[in-house]
Amino acid sequence: MNISRRHILVLLPAAAVAWKHVLAGTPEDSPNYRMSDHWWGMLIDIPKCIGCGNCVRACQTENDVPDGFFRTWVERYHVTDTHLENPEVISPDGGKEGFPIAKEDEGKYFFVPKMCNHCADSPCTQVCPVGATFVAPDGVVLIDPKYCLGCAYCVQACPYGCRYIHPTKKVADKCTLCYHRITKGLTTACCEACPTGARQLADLKNPKDPIHEFLKMHAVQVLKPQMATGAKAFYNGLDGSVR
Amino acid sequence: MSGLKDAGHLFRFLGLFVIAFLVFWVIRGFVVPKSFGEYGHYRGAAIAEIASHPIKFAGHQSCEQCHTDEAGTKAKGAHAHVNCEACHGAIFQLQPAAAAPPENLYQRMLAFAGLRLPADPPLVKHADDPMSVTPVKPDSAVLCARCHTASAAKPKGFPQVDPAEHSGGVPCATCHNPHSPVIGSDTTATAAAGTTAAAGGAN
Repeated sequence: MNISRRHILVLLPAAAVAWKHVLAGTPEDSPNYRMSDHWWGMLIDIPKCIGCGNCVRACQTENDVPDGFFRTWVERYHVTDTHLENPEVISPDGGKEGFPIAKEDEGKYFFVPKMCNHCADSPCTQVCPVGATFVAPDGVVLIDPKYCLGCAYCVQACPYGCRYIHPTKKVADKCTLCYHRITKGLTTACCEACPTGARQLADLKNPKDPIHEFLKMHAVQVLKPQMATGAKAFYNGLDGSVR
Repeated sequence: MSGLKDAGHLFRFLGLFVIAFLVFWVIRGFVVPKSFGEYGHYRGAAIAEIASHPIKFAGHQSCEQCHTDEAGTKAKGAHAHVNCEACHGAIFQLQPAAAAPPENLYQRMLAFAGLRLPADPPLVKHADDPMSVTPVKPDSAVLCARCHTASAAKPKGFPQVDPAEHSGGVPCATCHNPHSPVIGSDTTATAAAGTTAAAGGAN
């Protein structure tokens, strides 16, 4: 960015005004929400996903995600008997407007919704040079847009490709697990909009959360377990070909 | 003692170091936000800032407070597990640009310098002004087809049709009640279809 002397002269008083707000303290706190009482994750039930793209659209509406960028997206896998290790994967515009019709064909099809895995030992937070991204005490990986330099180390470090540099804010951006919703007792926008219940917000610290029963009764997997990221996006019915 | 005779320049250096450290300490006190390190190597206040983003999808509980008839029909039908805003869209909507409040001095200065920080757009709520702020009336031909168009990629048990063949262009809502789509299953129908489908649970 080119900053001329004129820009500096304009910015100095602007910074002074901003400083007042920084010193003023935090915006409205959520009085009844205690971070230490929660450990958030997400359950994704692949056999229930119909690839309608409702989650992608809801996420873009809720979080003002710019066109062409995705905090969540849906991939369609097509695995044939002869190419078990090399599936054909498509995600036209993140699956936002659904998928082309698949004719009866050999092999199998399934949809895989992707999003930030909110890893407990996340590679993205470890590489940040300025402490702009972090795992909050309730297990949600967040980005502080005021601290982020936009260096994109985290974008490279994320093994799941969940981060991007916001085209106008020029800072890293990704799923916040709708932090502004879950701290007020609502579910995430994608879960709210999913018509089949393929996504479910899970609070692993809440003993009454149905996630515990579900994990007990189903064969549940996380993406790239070999990377030991402590991913908390739990996939039911995950095919071995999914990367 | 004569060994320290020429050591004056060392003490001057030491003095400079002490002054530099004090300057660093004072500047650091101003520059590092108070909440940095509150929970870890990050600005603790950022958590509350992220939590204060505006909500746009109010949640089905909010809709059901007024629209009890529709909620009742839906709860007994095959769409019991489909939340209101899955079809109707978010009920908080952007305020028209003309009615947006003026930006503050800081934002205007940034805009002038070409370094505009995007502000959260103002939102209005359907419940505050139910007549003028209305959720989108969905076009059933597009909306229903998005989920129910037949495709080999969809789960086998999911109800799917070829829209052209199934209705020949007639809008879905002509025959189906979108809140309880199985034909013949109105509010008096048994709850069987709804409860089995809802077992997976919304939310």
